[in-house]
Formats: sequence, structure tokens, C-alpha cells
Amino acid sequence: MKILVCVKQVPQKDAPLKLNESGTWIREDVSYEVNEPDAFALEEALRQKEKHGGEVVAITAGPARAQQVLREALAKGADRAIHLEDPGFVGLDAFNTARAFAAAIKDEKFDLIFTGLQSDDYGFAQTGVILADLMGWPHATIIMQIEKSDGGIKVKRELEAGYFQFVEMPLPAVLTIQSGINKLRYATLIGIKQAKNKPLRKVTLAEVQSAIGANLQKIERMYIPQKTKKTEYLEGSPGEIAKKLVDKLRNEIRVL
Amino acid sequence: MALKFRGVDFIEFDTLLTDDERLVRDTARRFIEDNLIPIIEECNRAGRFPRELVKPMADLGFFGASLKGYGCAGMSNVEYGLVTQELERGDSGVRSFVSVQSALVMYPIYAFGSDEQKQTWLPAMQKGEKLGCFGLTEPDFGSNPGGMRTRARKSGNEYVLNGEKMWITSGSIADVAVIWAKTEDAKDANDGSSIRGFLVETDRPGFRAEDIHGKWSLRASVTSSLSLQDVRIPASNLLPKSGGLKSPLMCLNQARYGIAWGAIGAAMACYDCALQYSLFRKQFHNEPIASRQLVQEKLAWMISEVTKAQLLVLQVGRLKDQEKVKHQHISMAKRNNVWMALECARMSRDILGANGVADEYPIFRHMANLESVKTYEGTHDIHTLIIGQSVTGIDAF
Repeated sequence: MKILVCVKQVPQKDAPLKLNESGTWIREDVSYEVNEPDAFALEEALRQKEKHGGEVVAITAGPARAQQVLREALAKGADRAIHLEDPGFVGLDAFNTARAFAAAIKDEKFDLIFTGLQSDDYGFAQTGVILADLMGWPHATIIMQIEKSDGGIKVKRELEAGYFQFVEMPLPAVLTIQSGINKLRYATLIGIKQAKNKPLRKVTLAEVQSAIGANLQKIERMYIPQKTKKTEYLEGSPGEIAKKLVDKLRNEIRVL
Repeated sequence: MALKFRGVDFIEFDTLLTDDERLVRDTARRFIEDNLIPIIEECNRAGRFPRELVKPMADLGFFGASLKGYGCAGMSNVEYGLVTQELERGDSGVRSFVSVQSALVMYPIYAFGSDEQKQTWLPAMQKGEKLGCFGLTEPDFGSNPGGMRTRARKSGNEYVLNGEKMWITSGSIADVAVIWAKTEDAKDANDGSSIRGFLVETDRPGFRAEDIHGKWSLRASVTSSLSLQDVRIPASNLLPKSGGLKSPLMCLNQARYGIAWGAIGAAMACYDCALQYSLFRKQFHNEPIASRQLVQEKLAWMISEVTKAQLLVLQVGRLKDQEKVKHQHISMAKRNNVWMALECARMSRDILGANGVADEYPIFRHMANLESVKTYEGTHDIHTLIIGQSVTGIDAF
């Protein structure tokens, strides 16, 4: 099976975030890491390849720094990588990101495309679903298990309240993978060395520009939630405090 | 209350590293966080070496990481250093184990061994299937190894070894010991030129390893004394390219280099813990102690010293990768960085007050460990003399 895995570089989960000057996103000087659900998607792709043979290709869109997530994917065992490299890819909405990916892989023939369920930063959970539509492929979301069946695959989807759904679907298809589906491997030191010699194709913004349009979704304002609650201490003797409390409950909060 | 390590980088040190170097560091950091941090305090209390981590560490390629071939990863010296930094962020004892396996056993076999010796030992040691120890120090000869009493006498096609070795990391769990001994052509007690290295399988009759108990330091690694009484080994167990005191000192140079990085890891662990603690610990007017000048002074001192130590060892590592490094450069990095780390540990302990004494926090363990690290692989004072000798041209040993 030939599997494409979409991997996003996101700010580290416990990194302290600062808003940028325009208050529309965070400042760039933060530590980055692989989006966690994408790490599980990659791991699942590698396991499928180990079982059934084939090829695993990692793809990302982002500035030069985003190459780090591809290096990590290659070090863990991906065969090659595709980097849509431009700072302009950072602000794309899910629709445009999916359109850019579809344009970048138009000459390839994959059996499966995996994405993480959602990204840890925007959290849209849309890129995979839209990509499936653009490709004209079926898709399934929140995948917990994948088995090859005759002529297709059987997948286990996580529903709410502990319920699961089993779906049979044909290939090619797009799956969005839930975190925790498997146990992540570490990149080995020798894997990191070997990754240097694996092919990494770069795609410029200009090459996919004609496929994308203006963002349909825009972040107007980002802000740190304001504290709206304030604790007030009532002082005095117990009798006075009780009197003030009754007054507040009756006249301010009006619950008595 | 367990505080999660967040990494330490004051001056965008990471931008001095390549993508691969950062990936190596992050991989090692994640491995230590997942596998060592949850068990290390228990290991330290029990005086237990976490043997269960040998195979996972081997799978990641931690053993002999900077050697080429034989299944080894062929890391650069900077990458190898970053691994030891992360190992020691976990625990100096576990880092010591890896240093011994890599720099003190695999390296001499790689550098001084025959092809047959390399084929026999290196792949198995890389996989963690065989463990090694390094026997140089003796009960009466620490800083002055040239005076060693251990002797190797040629007898037909064999060598017969006699002597005592002391403070040997991994001694009783090793499958093979690299034993340094003087051959019979030694002119006198202080003649170091006849020192040769020998591979001694630890199951040979006459070889005994006894663990040293009651250590207050490096409790998560094994420290032993070795006794060799008429141990017979085939002549082919001699490391053919070893010759003179220079050979074991070359091994120590490898290990000292790793220690210079490792100490930064221990210092980072202490500093980051103290910083986080100072921000939530409230005293006087219900304000965090981090808002007080005396605490800030300590934090500022520590972050400055950690940063200087990073720059020092990175430059030494770059020189080593360019094959331009001199032993006095490594001495400076080892001496400075271990001292700095021990001072950071003590200062962090101060910031944590009584809480710094208990093993709910990692600081006291690091502090106790670093006392050993300051002493082994050339004491702080011996490295002072190496630097002094280098700048004056005069030996003051």
C-alpha cells in the first residue's frame, strides 16, 4: 500500500504563547513540534507498511522550519517527503491547505491518505475531509483501527459515549486518525542518519498558487481570556458579615 | 509535586544546532522523560541499576553512537554530546553506564582492537547483548594511573594477569573488562610506557567483581572492585594497537567530553526545577519567592552559567568533529561544566529549602551524583593542572 501522511508542525503543547502584534495569531518565536494526532497517523502508516509492504510518504506545508517534522518522519521510517515550503502556507485555512496538497500530489497514485484527526493549534479537523472531497475519494474520521479486507479496508471509528462504528470502504480513501490508536516509536539515531539520504521534494507556493484562492475562514482577533470574576472579602464581626451577605444576596444578586 | 522538565535555552542556543542535532536531542529527551524519569527515584532509593532500559537504549542506538560501522549510528560528536546531556538530565548514573559502554569499552576496542576483536564485541555491545567495564583505577592509584600495580605476564600463548581495580562502573554486570596492566618490560614502578590494554572475559577463572555498597552517589549505576588472580587470557586478547598510558587517556578523553555535555543536563534539571518551584512557592505577603532579589540572583547566576557551559562544550564538540580538539580543551569543558552543575545543584537546593532535601524533587540526587562526576575521569583539580600545564608548558602534577 502506498500511503501519504499529512503532518503539521504546531507550537509545542506546553510552550508559553505570546500574541503577535496584530492580535491575530501567536508570535513565531516559540518551540514547535509534530502535531500529536499526526504522529499517530504516521505511526499507523508505518505499521501498515510493515504488514503489507508499500511506501510511506510524509507531506507538510509551512516555512523552512517545518522541514523538521518531515525529517522526523523520515527518521522514523517514512520513505520520502514532500515539503510545500513558504511562510505563506502558515495562514491557510483548511480548504486552501487541502487544495494545495491535492495540487502537489496530482501526479502521484496513493492508496490511502492519513491525516491526524485535527491539529493542536487551529483544531479545524477539516483538512483530511476536504482533501477527500477534492480527490473524489471516500473518507472516514476518528479512526481507531485499520484492517485490510478483500478489495478495500475495514476501519473502526470512535463515536461518543464509548460506542464504535465499523465501516468497510474501498480504496483509495482518506482516513483521519485518532490519537492513541497505537504506541509511538522513537526515531533511532541510525534512522536520523539515514534520513539524510532520503528524497525530499520541495514545492513552492507559486507551483500550487493557481489551485488555491482567498481564505474563506479568517481569524479576526485572538486574545487572552479576561478575568471576569472577582472575589470580594466581607469584613467585620460575624454578625456584620452576615448582615452584609444577606444584603448582597437580596439586593445585588437577588437570590433571596 | 512532580514538575515537568521544560528544556532550558536562554540565548536561542538551539539555532546553533542543525535540524538533525535537535532531532537527536529531542528524541533522547522524550525517551528519558518516558522511560527513566518515572522510575529513577525508586532506582536511586533502592540502589538499583535500571537494567530493563539497556535493550531500549540499544534499540535507539545510544551505545557507541559516535562510532562508524558495526551497527553503530555514526553520530557526530555534537550529536553524541546532546544524547549524554539528555541522559544525565535523567540521571548521572545512567549516563555513566552509557559512557562506560560507549567511550571506555567500545571506543578502545574500535581504536586499538584487531578486526577479530571488533567483530566479536562491537555489534553485540551496540545491541546491548554484551556489557563492558573499564579497569584503570586501582585502590592506590587514582589520579596517577601510571603507577598502577596490575601486571600482565606472557606465558606461552597466554597472558597471566594479576592486580586489583577499584571504582569500576558496571564491574559486576560486565561480560568483558578492558583491563589496563603493565607488561613485564616495565622498567620501574613509575614507568607508564609498558601499559597495554587487555580484553578479559569476566567469566574467566581468577576474575572476581564485588560491588561497592554504601554509596551516597550514582546509586542507579553499579560500581565494583575487580580482583584478578592469575587470570589467564589468550595472547589474542591483547588490544594490539594499545601502547603506553596514552591509550587509556585517549579513552578518558572520549568519556570526559561526554561528561562535559552530561553535566549541563544535570544542571538544567536542577535549574528548571528551582525556577518552577520559585514561581509557585509563596512566602511573605502571599507572593512567590521568585519575586525576591536573593532568589532572582541565584536563578540569574544559574542560567548564565548553564548558557556559558553550553557555548563552551559546543565549541569543543565542533573542534572534535573537525578533528582539531586538544585534550586541554576537553579538560576545560569537563572541569568548568561539572563545577557549574554542582554549584547549580547546591543553589537549587537552597531555593527549594527543606523540599530540596527529599527525593520528591530530583535536585539532591543530582547534587550527590555530581560529587562523583566532579571526581571521576580526572578530578577537578587534575584538570586544573592539565590546563595549567597547557598554558605554562610546566608540569605541576
